Amino acid sequence: MSARQAPIRDVAPTLQRLRLRYAKRGRLRFTSSRDFQRALERALRRTGVPMAYSQGFNPHPKISYINAAPTGTASEAEYVEIAVTAVLDPELVRAALDAALPPGLDVLEVVEVRAPDFAERMQASVWVIELPGVAVGEAENAVATFLAAPLVEVQRLTKSGMRTFDAREPVIRLEVRNTPAAGVAGDGSEVLCVILDLVVRHVTPSVRPDDVLAALRHVADLVPPVPSRVTRLAQGPLVADASIGAAMDAVTDPLAPDRG
Amino acid sequence: MSVESVFPQLEALLPLVSKPVQYVGGELNAVVKDWDSVSVHWALMYPDAYEVGVPNQGVQILYEVINEHPDALAERTYAVWPDLEKLMRENGVPQFTVDAHRPVGAFDLLGMSFSTELGYTNMLTALDLAGIPIHAVDRDESHPVVIAGGHAAFNPETIADFVDAAVLGDGEQAVLAITEIVRMWKSEGKPGGREELLLRLAASGGVYVPAFYDVEYLPDGRIRRVAPNRPGVPWRVSKHTLMDLDAWPYPKSPLVPLAESVHERMSVEIFRGCTRGCRFCQAGMITRPVRERSARVIAEMVDNGLAKTGYEEVGLLSLSSADHSEIAVMAKGLADRYEGTETGLSLPSTRVDAFNIDLANELTRNGRRSGLTFAPEGGSERMRKVINKMVTEEDLIRTVATAYGNGWRQVKLYFMCGLPTETDEDVLQIAELASRVIETGRKVSGRKDIRCTVSIGGFVPKPHTPFQWAAQLDHETTDSRLIKLRDAIRSDRQYGKSIGFRYHDGKPGIVEGLLSRGDRRVGAVIEQVWRDGARFDGWSEHFSYDAWMSAAQKAFADGPVDVDWFTIREREQTEVLPWDHLDSGLDKDWLWDDWQDSLSGAEVEDCRWTPCFDCGVCDQMGTEIQVGPTGVTLLGMPSLPVRGEGLTADSSAGVVAGVAP
Repeated sequence: MSARQAPIRDVAPTLQRLRLRYAKRGRLRFTSSRDFQRALERALRRTGVPMAYSQGFNPHPKISYINAAPTGTASEAEYVEIAVTAVLDPELVRAALDAALPPGLDVLEVVEVRAPDFAERMQASVWVIELPGVAVGEAENAVATFLAAPLVEVQRLTKSGMRTFDAREPVIRLEVRNTPAAGVAGDGSEVLCVILDLVVRHVTPSVRPDDVLAALRHVADLVPPVPSRVTRLAQGPLVADASIGAAMDAVTDPLAPDRG
Repeated sequence: MSVESVFPQLEALLPLVSKPVQYVGGELNAVVKDWDSVSVHWALMYPDAYEVGVPNQGVQILYEVINEHPDALAERTYAVWPDLEKLMRENGVPQFTVDAHRPVGAFDLLGMSFSTELGYTNMLTALDLAGIPIHAVDRDESHPVVIAGGHAAFNPETIADFVDAAVLGDGEQAVLAITEIVRMWKSEGKPGGREELLLRLAASGGVYVPAFYDVEYLPDGRIRRVAPNRPGVPWRVSKHTLMDLDAWPYPKSPLVPLAESVHERMSVEIFRGCTRGCRFCQAGMITRPVRERSARVIAEMVDNGLAKTGYEEVGLLSLSSADHSEIAVMAKGLADRYEGTETGLSLPSTRVDAFNIDLANELTRNGRRSGLTFAPEGGSERMRKVINKMVTEEDLIRTVATAYGNGWRQVKLYFMCGLPTETDEDVLQIAELASRVIETGRKVSGRKDIRCTVSIGGFVPKPHTPFQWAAQLDHETTDSRLIKLRDAIRSDRQYGKSIGFRYHDGKPGIVEGLLSRGDRRVGAVIEQVWRDGARFDGWSEHFSYDAWMSAAQKAFADGPVDVDWFTIREREQTEVLPWDHLDSGLDKDWLWDDWQDSLSGAEVEDCRWTPCFDCGVCDQMGTEIQVGPTGVTLLGMPSLPVRGEGLTADSSAGVVAGVAP
């Protein structure tokens, strides 16, 4: 056997592509995107989903991960695409994978791929941010100051080093909900919790909820006494929403083109 | 009394620490039993970071064995990193288990698995965070009984102040025996309190309770004697040996963590024990005799484990896996079975003399042909005779030639520095050996891009080995020898660029030596250095030699002993060693004779294939060698299910029909 050549393998061809929506909930919000990848690959093996593999020395199952939420952030709208070597029933795959993954990594939908350019559909995200121990008035003032500013620069360590960027411009919507909810303080006791609704356009570098929180601290000294809890509710195409008015866009279902 | 989860308090701290996923649990195949449904509660700790501890086979086996017991439960806990430790102290969050996040202080027993002595400071952190007094003498009935196990427990004297008990050897049956003693004592209403429980454990003969033994010293610092200080306590405590591994196929449901760990694979232990007789190797000496698991049971464990975990790689573990009498049947059978499923098989490392190309080809058939690892350990032929690693230079060259000739491009060689009688010349021969390896490799492969990596670290003499009397080499000499070797490799113009060199400096080895062969007086050093902030001593970025030395200076200030006395001093035959009352089965005279033989370069064969050498173990422990072959030539496994079965559109009706009640 020659040393350098990758073995020629008889690899089964891709017969179907599937898109999955999954949620990252509760304590499993602390999983990173790599943690989820390992868990999913093992769940695929346990459930016997006939994955398509890449060629080469080190064949990998063909899986594309799209725009994962940061570690520590919960999500109801994470997406992944897989290639398989048989034509499968999407609902059976959903049920099998959901059962194989731990509670908290929940497979919500599986659809067959019918239209290309999935990544390009991901134009914006809808987030909800819970801030335990913050007063409603304090939050409203900070949000108003932020929205009134033409530009709010924040800094974050990215893969390419420390970046400074504007956290204001991509924010389509930021509102304080009227009804605070019960949250949990650092000592485990219950406290009131302000809730922010946030819609952010996807730009590069991406503006994440923690960047918006950093911006609120920057413009209005809003410093939550305990860490916030962040959940992504949706991500997908931005569509002008006539019911709210031309100024407001809505985030719609990114799987709609695949539902046929 | 039920025990509440501390997760709500912990959860608020997790966004503030690095890699929070390691503290949330949620591993596949983890078990959470109802607290009130059982009477005996075990917390099991691997005192290192989660990523190192979670794959540990010992903990996984005991976790499962205990959880199968109808009246007991086990949960796991690991060392928390300093960032979380600080927050836990500030917020009053106690040491917790990752399974149900229960406070460790609430359990009946806390089992600590010590693969290495460098986890001792992490043990103190965990005890302290759990609200358990770090000194055993200060504990009462409300505190767990702290029990040490693992290889380091064969000399638990340095941690005698901190543990209530230690168990030597295989844990499967020992934890069940301890569970039964605790269960009885609790059901009787805890008569006699903690003292009586410990006495019952000690009287069983299989549990060492340090508090029930007094150590007397001679004026020069040596031990005069170690003796029980109350009736009913045996003079010597024996190790446990599990016979018939086929009857104990654990772990049956291996844990799969969400967080990344140091071993991203499943492991199946194919045999326990090793009688190759390498004189430096504590693992080989204390785990005798060899007990093989049969190829058939191993195949079932691999099959079951892969189905339950989804791992892509299986490691066939043991101290010398290529020595299994059925390794060829096993490797071929498994490679056949998993052909085309992207499943890899691996052996941890291979003896030079047990390597064979057919085996290596089978192991890499479904996976990558990346590198091979061999451990000649001694650089010169003379050193290999001293340590009884019976491998000649010709063996090694022949083996690597076969490997390079068959497509491998990278060979890793492990060595030790500081072995008894070693000189600079012995170590420098590693450079010549590596050059010959590259020269041969280039010739047989016809390529220039082959590589050889030399990996070398300082030797630490260990208890219950023929080298237990030996002087450890001081770290200055170790380091200077390693530098000379590095320079010799670098100055090799022809082959040096193809030789990688990795070495560990000698300082951590001195601390390991102090903890390995120390006695009860070393406990004060451990406590001092921990109070000074030592944590995670197995991690070079956390380890501080200077902190240990200054702690030792304080702790040993008024006594006749110091670090050198415990490490670089050679012991006499008649000296009472701190672990003499702990019985590994090895006859002390046999060990001494083997030590003397090593000094004259006399070798001793493997008793699996030659008559008994009277090391003492089988006589003393009532055990025997258990090896195959069993005669199976095929593994006889049912065929694997077809992938995608039950997931296709046409199967949907069938599944519904099949499942419908």
